[in-house]
Parts: sequence; structure tokens; C-alpha cells
Amino acid sequence: MIHGLTQLTYLAAAALFILSLRWLSHPKTARRGVAAGVGGMALAIIGTLFAPEIVNFSWIAIAAVVGIVIGVPLSWVPLTAVPQRTALSHAFGGLAAGLVGTAKYMIWFQHGELTPFRTGAIVLEIILGYLTFTGSLMAAGKLQEIVPTRPITYPNQNVVNLGLLAIAIGAGVYLTIDPYLPWAFAIVILLSLVFGVLLILPIGGADMPTVISLLNSYAGLSAVAMGFVLENKLLITAGALDGSSGLILSIIMCRAMNRSFTNVLFGAFGQVQAVAAAGEAKTAKSATPQDVGELLTNADRVVIVPGYGMAVAQAQHKVRELYDQLSKRGVDVKFAIHPVAGRMPGHMNVLLAEAEIPYDALVEMDDINSDLAQTDVALVVGANDVVNPAARHDKTSPIFGMPIIDVDKAKSVIAIKRSMNPGFAGIDNELYYLDHTLMAFGDAKQVLGDVVKAIAGESGGH
Amino acid sequence: MAELDLWSMLFVFMLATFVGFQVIQNVSRLLHTPLMSLTNAISAIAIVGAIVVTGEEESTATTILGAVAVAASMTNIVSGFLITDRMLKMFRERERKP
Repeated sequence: MIHGLTQLTYLAAAALFILSLRWLSHPKTARRGVAAGVGGMALAIIGTLFAPEIVNFSWIAIAAVVGIVIGVPLSWVPLTAVPQRTALSHAFGGLAAGLVGTAKYMIWFQHGELTPFRTGAIVLEIILGYLTFTGSLMAAGKLQEIVPTRPITYPNQNVVNLGLLAIAIGAGVYLTIDPYLPWAFAIVILLSLVFGVLLILPIGGADMPTVISLLNSYAGLSAVAMGFVLENKLLITAGALDGSSGLILSIIMCRAMNRSFTNVLFGAFGQVQAVAAAGEAKTAKSATPQDVGELLTNADRVVIVPGYGMAVAQAQHKVRELYDQLSKRGVDVKFAIHPVAGRMPGHMNVLLAEAEIPYDALVEMDDINSDLAQTDVALVVGANDVVNPAARHDKTSPIFGMPIIDVDKAKSVIAIKRSMNPGFAGIDNELYYLDHTLMAFGDAKQVLGDVVKAIAGESGGH
Repeated sequence: MAELDLWSMLFVFMLATFVGFQVIQNVSRLLHTPLMSLTNAISAIAIVGAIVVTGEEESTATTILGAVAVAASMTNIVSGFLITDRMLKMFRERERKP
């Protein structure tokens, strides 16, 4: 009877989770999606608390309170820190899966109830769980810049990494055949933890959107494996939703960079660029905020291309002021969003939404590119590789073949940049040396503030 | 371990993966950051497994492991849903001029 009731809450929760993601398809219904998710979660938790196996509620209550105390402040982070928070939450998800897998192994070990099937599922759960845990912690550390953000490489890195993973899987297979080997279980845990760290070491910041998506997928799959261990179909369903979401996002990110999964994970992006640094001395034209203001106000159509630099400088609110000033003067302003701009999927959209820029002014890369030839001014704010024309024609460039926003086709280009140093991936950008490109040097927030002042001051003088 | 159960679990996994692909492909690219935080909160449903492991008090060690897993999952549930809602509140359309 009780069991049936619990299953009923699980069934309802699974339906609510699917509805939740369905409603997320459009900004208008999206918040309803959150409500459905919360409802499903609450139902499932209440249903579980009635499970007859539970004899003591005090530890559950204490742990839940601890989770709430950590979770609430984590939801207040500034939106520029959302990638770190997301990586951290993947780490927690992986940790939970790993710990429950470990506990189940210990319980079944004691009762002599380990079967090859159960052990196999547990091995899968702990490998995915623990490697997601340490891998995501590393990713969060890199995003927070506690850990060096440049790719860290050493000789035979891929051989070492894959060798470790192979040993872990080998020990896991051995364990599945003969489950009562605690030392082999310990080896699987240890190697998974180490592998997670090593997997993320060679990843550079530009690859973070893909890697975060992949870790998302792993976290989901570890929940699926946990569902197989506990024979819980709700866990399998929710984990599969999370896993497929992460996978879709990873595919989108990889396509947006014209790279494969293997290339992202084992390619150590940012290592081959020493060549580019030796280029001949080229000159770029620089512009004052007044020049920029004048160009923008005289334009009919302006496209703004935001990048990670905008997030670093927290310049989204100044971008909004500029948007307001230009819109007021009848200039048509759109934003071109590259899928991998920023450090996670959709990063730029959230920052611009925070600055109260209406979402219908944000245009996908594929939709804006045909408009750029008719655009008077393309304003690049802290974006670099995603607007580098070398991706279209320079076969020697590491980013050759990556789809880019064709800002060089606009009548004129203004790029706001801290200095002439190459961007994160360390690749020189020929866009800055084009005849119709002007560089505005300085912190994006500062420069945009001066531009807005210049525009406002000019109109005040009439 | 009944064989039938394994197969029904695999069926659930297969069907849920297809549903996931269908539903998530329809999510607007605008909302990919909230999507990630929402799916993250949803997959913290792992808490139900952690609750049982903690509550059945098999041994001190498993109770502690379970309790840490409950805390980690609860953190994801609370922060995931709250931050998703916070982000979604910010997405607004252009005000139509009269």
C-alpha cells in the first residue's frame, strides 16, 4: 500500500519534470516550468519519506537543513559567476551519486547481497559520480580563477589519462565478476577521483562551455546509474533528461566551434599558438570615445557582439545604457550572440537579460550573419575568437573552420579591447588590422561609459 | 535480481532519453543557461536514494555517506530552482510602443 503510494508520487514527479522542461521552451512559459519542477521534487521527497525502510529521520533532517543553508546563498551569486555555480552544482550531483553508490556497496557487502548486476551498476555510478565530482570542482576552480585557467599539459598526457581510466574500468569489470573485493572497489574510487582532475587540467577557458555541458551530461548519467542500482525508475527518468540535455548542449557547443568531443577533451586548445605570436608588426587604428559615439549615432543599423570580456568587465549595464541612447535616436540596435561566447551555454543572454535588454533584440549567429553586410557599425565588446575572420580562410589558424559572426562585413567595425594582447586562446585577430576597423582601448565598462557620456553630452549641447 | 526488472529499467531509460532529446531541442537558445540550472536541480532527485540510505541506518559509515549525499543534493535542489527562477524573471520582451 505504502509502496504503491510512493510509486504514485514518483510517477507524478516524472510527468512534472518532463512538463517542466517542456515549458522552458519559451521565456513566456518558462517560470511555470520551474514551478512544475519544484512540485515534482516536493512530491517525490514526501513520497520517499514514507518508505518503510526509514527508521531514523534526524540525520535526514540535519543534512537537509545543511543543504538549504548552503544552497540559498549559492543562488544569490552575481550572474557573471553563474558558470562557476553551475560547475559546482555538477560537482555536488556527482558527489551525491558517488557517495550513495559507495554506501550501497558497503550495505550489500555486509549482507552478502552483492550480485554482478548490482556491482556493475554501482561501478558505473561511482566512476561517473566521482569523476564528475573532481572534474567539476576543477572546472569551477578554473572559472573562479583559483586554478590556473591556461591549459596545463605535460608529455604523454593523453596516454596517462586514458591509461588511468582504462585501469579504473578494468578494476570495475573485475569487480563485477567477483564483487567481494573491497581493495578493487577502493581503486576504482581513487582512480575516478584522480581521472576527473586530470581530465580538466588541459582544458582552457574557451572550451569551458563544451566541458561544462559534458560534465552536465555525466552528472545526469551518474543519476541514471544510481537509478539502476536502486531500481528506481524516477531516478532513471530524471537522470536521462539531465543527461540528454547535457549531451545536446555539448553537441551544439562543439558544432559552434567546429570541433569534435575528442578534440575538445584531448586537444589542449591554446597550445599551438606560439606560432601566431611571431607575426609581423601590424598597425591598428585607435579611436576615442567621442569618435565611437559619433560613428554610432550616425548609423542606421548597429550590431553589438558581446563576449566574455563584457562579463569580466561587468559591462552589461553600460551596454544597456548605450542601447537606450541609440534606440532613442532611432538607431536600430541588435545583439549578435555566438553560441560559445562566454563560459557556458547561454551566458551572454542571461547577462544581457539582467541588464534588462529585451530578449527579442538578441539574435543568433546564423540569423544575424546575412544582415551584417547591411549593418553600418558592428561594435565588438569583449569578444575575440568568435569574430576572427581567420576562421573563414586561414587554414593554419587553430580556429580555422569555426563558424564566426561576420562583423568584418559590416561597413565599419569598432572593437573595445583592453589591449592588443591576443585573447584567451592566444590567437592573433586580423579583424583589428582591417582598414574599416577602429580599436577603442580600455576596460569595456569604462569605455562604454565614456561613449554614452559623449553621446548624451552631444545631444545636450543642441 | 529479476531479469524482468533490468529490461523494464532499460526501457524507461531509452524512452526518457528520447523524450529528453525531443523536449530539450525545443528549448530556446536564449534559455540555455537556465536550462542547465533547471536540469541540474531536477537530477538532484538523487536525494530520494540518499534519503533512504541515510534513514535506514545500516551502519555509522553509510549513514554519514548518505547524509552528505542528502546535503549535496539538497544544495542543488534549493540553489538550482532559486537561481533558475531568478534568471527567468529577467527575460522580458521589448515594450511595444503605442
